[in-house]
Amino acid sequence: MSVEELKHPGINLGQTDPQSHAEAEEVVFGFWVFMMSDVVVFSLLFAVFGTMITATAGGPGGHALFDIKSAFEETVVLLVSSFTFGMASLAMKYGEDRKVGWLAFWLVATLVLGLSFIGLELRDFVQLIDKGDGPDRSGFLSAYFALVATHGIHVTAGCVWIAVMVIQSFVFGITREVKTRILRLGLFWHFLDIIWVTIFSFVYLRGIV
Amino acid sequence: MVDSTWWHLLFGNLSAGALPFYSPIATGAAALVVAGAIGVVLLLNWFGGWKWLWTEWLTSVDHKKIGIVFVAIALVMFSRAVIEAIMMRLQQAMGFDSPGYLPPDHFSQLFTTHGTIMVFFMAMPFLTGLINYVMPLQIGTRDLSFPVMNSVSLALTAAGAALMMVSLDLGKFSTGGWSGYPPYTELSYNPGVGPDYWIWAVTLSSISSTMTGINFAVTIYKKRCPGMHFLRMPLFTWTALATSIMMIFAMPPLTVATLLLACDRYLGMHFFTNSGAGNMMNFVNLFWLFGHPEVYILILPPFGVYSELFSTFSAKRLYGYLSLVYATAAIAFISFMVWVHHYFTMGQSADINAVFGIATVAVGVPTGVKIYDWMLTMYRGRVRFSVPMLWSLAFAITFVIGGLTGVLLATPPVDYVVHNTLFLVAHFHNMIIPGTLFGMLAGYHFWFPKATGFRLHEGWGRFIVFCFVIGFYLAFFPLYAMGLEGMPRRTQEYYDPAYYPWAIVAMVGAGFIFLGLLGLLTQLVVSILNRDKLACHIGDPWNGRSLEWSVSAPPPEYNFAVLPRVEGRDSFTAAKAVDIAYRRPTRYEAIEMPKNSAVGPLIAFASFSCAFGLVWHIWWMASGGFVMAWLVVIARSFVRDTRKVISATEVERIEKRWLREVALTRPVSRDDEFTCANKGLAETTE
Repeated sequence: MSVEELKHPGINLGQTDPQSHAEAEEVVFGFWVFMMSDVVVFSLLFAVFGTMITATAGGPGGHALFDIKSAFEETVVLLVSSFTFGMASLAMKYGEDRKVGWLAFWLVATLVLGLSFIGLELRDFVQLIDKGDGPDRSGFLSAYFALVATHGIHVTAGCVWIAVMVIQSFVFGITREVKTRILRLGLFWHFLDIIWVTIFSFVYLRGIV
Repeated sequence: MVDSTWWHLLFGNLSAGALPFYSPIATGAAALVVAGAIGVVLLLNWFGGWKWLWTEWLTSVDHKKIGIVFVAIALVMFSRAVIEAIMMRLQQAMGFDSPGYLPPDHFSQLFTTHGTIMVFFMAMPFLTGLINYVMPLQIGTRDLSFPVMNSVSLALTAAGAALMMVSLDLGKFSTGGWSGYPPYTELSYNPGVGPDYWIWAVTLSSISSTMTGINFAVTIYKKRCPGMHFLRMPLFTWTALATSIMMIFAMPPLTVATLLLACDRYLGMHFFTNSGAGNMMNFVNLFWLFGHPEVYILILPPFGVYSELFSTFSAKRLYGYLSLVYATAAIAFISFMVWVHHYFTMGQSADINAVFGIATVAVGVPTGVKIYDWMLTMYRGRVRFSVPMLWSLAFAITFVIGGLTGVLLATPPVDYVVHNTLFLVAHFHNMIIPGTLFGMLAGYHFWFPKATGFRLHEGWGRFIVFCFVIGFYLAFFPLYAMGLEGMPRRTQEYYDPAYYPWAIVAMVGAGFIFLGLLGLLTQLVVSILNRDKLACHIGDPWNGRSLEWSVSAPPPEYNFAVLPRVEGRDSFTAAKAVDIAYRRPTRYEAIEMPKNSAVGPLIAFASFSCAFGLVWHIWWMASGGFVMAWLVVIARSFVRDTRKVISATEVERIEKRWLREVALTRPVSRDDEFTCANKGLAETTE
């Protein structure tokens, strides 16, 4: 019937259930508010980084340190992971309610990409530390590591969250809770993308010019 | 001392040297903490209270119980911090040309713990507790938006407070002041565990407050009862909203500041260090980006309390409601633009100082609006000089004086002369004691009957007001004089005889404050012993105006049997006027409430272990606590059975019993408000 096929933008929680819409509104709004406070954390780390660009204590600055190729790879991986997450959201929206298949597939794909991103970032970090340019080298490097690693820790937390949601979508099916959780996870994941784009622009690109 | 590898693996840097035997005072304080802990355990065993504690309090996600625990933590920590204040006053009274009785290092620990506790573990939990208790009742809802997260907020604050207490027994606390500036807290200059204690206690508190802010804001935006438009909310709820928004934006800078300081201390980084191109001004900026909004986080909820009090005890509508709302919003907004006035002297240009000085003075405008509104609320009202009203009057006068000295300090040239002297100490105590402390104690007296079902003893209340007000003036006004005469803050020993008489007067003031503290404890005990005489189960002992007074005292778990529908401001007063209060609803419905959850206590345990492990470099404990906290969160997401239903018959039983009591109770006139005749049903012949 046509009622079943009516889909509005965003994640559909069922056409005839105003109660679950109201409940979702509260948790999703709460999550937005949380992200606002998280944005404050990142903006302050950016500000600290900005004040410490010249604080190299005689050591190397961004131009000598950053491997733009690696940063570019990381960017691509993370942006593609945002795409795969988008596909997961679509699978959840248009998929048959009981079938987890495509949703799980795209979530796992996102997870693999997220983990690859973490792997690439760790490779960067290890290389820097091996050359003696670790976070204890100078104020500049402290600020660089703190900013980029904070993003990396967020991505790691996001990966754990994706894993939990894959398990929950199998255990519980695509229930109302699972849907709103994946909705919030999606917000978080795309939010981290935006932060990364800013890091790529202001840390890496600015560093090599 | 054995420092073998296995010892270090198991116990990190803990050793016999960490025990508090370096001075008799430290030993005594540590013994007091241990005795207190043992006493609580024995009492619980004696009364068989463990199960009660677990099911009724620790695992409860009821906003009312969480609020009460927050306030209880605040009062315990307040007692400790007042005693520390008195020890410092005593030292300065003895410290003229003499080392006194406290060595410098110990004196520094005292001013650090005093400030840290008063801000993070007295004022913050107190206002969080009051808002927790009152705000959902005022907006006519049954709980906060995220009840389990609320209990996690409590858990983190409790873990931080516990860490503060443990620091009395193991190791020495930081000597870097409550603001923890490097290089005072830099590893090379302060290698002990003190700054680490400070870092982790404050970090726990800041994360707790961020979560609290999110919870309160979402609740106020999304859970107001039908008809409760924004401009019908009681003023206290308005200030709660402004405060939570400030918490959401101002707490993260503190978390960033403390964690970056931890990076310096634990990982050898160079954010704020002297070497490695660190920049300690960044810490100062980050800290006050939090610290200044924090001042208004501390002051706005009390403003809300005072607004309720002036209106209730003048039996009048609040004058200038709209202007009070705008003033609240303006203060919250300006609070983010004045942080530099905490360090005018640190070398930025005169233009920057001028901008921040002007912004600071501008705060006086909305604050002045509020003071006038309160005065005009009293004008032609029938003012009752109850204990909360006495607090409010003392506040209004004292706070204005403090505000005037603030305007002086906001002028950069003046600030250059008196910065870092006792003048500053006098100023901020002159704001925070009448502002926050008086307001919180007034709120405590005002809403205590709502939370417990009996009033606090009025006579002892007057005694407390008397002691604190006299004590405040005697203890802090001399500090203005000492500051103008040039005495630096945080001085343990001095040689200028000009300071000495003032120090003695201040000591006498501290004595009055100590009497006030004793009065506070006595009042609680006396009130509990006389709880039958002071009982007011009906729930409206002060002829209240907003929804929280329309339910029984203490309110049932579900707050409102039927969610209220609101037609305007002061809705309970309106209902009483047309005699539709205490009306039986046409029918009762089953109510769904959140179930108890062990998440809170488990996170308290995990986060305390993590913080304690970090302080002492016990890595298994630190990582174990961290992982456990997150595992608890993940495990919680798999729990599906999180709601319980209170049946309609149960609701009906509870409500009927209360309504029967209402019918049998004789209403009390305001003349007999403080007598045993006040059973919480107000006579409404205005």
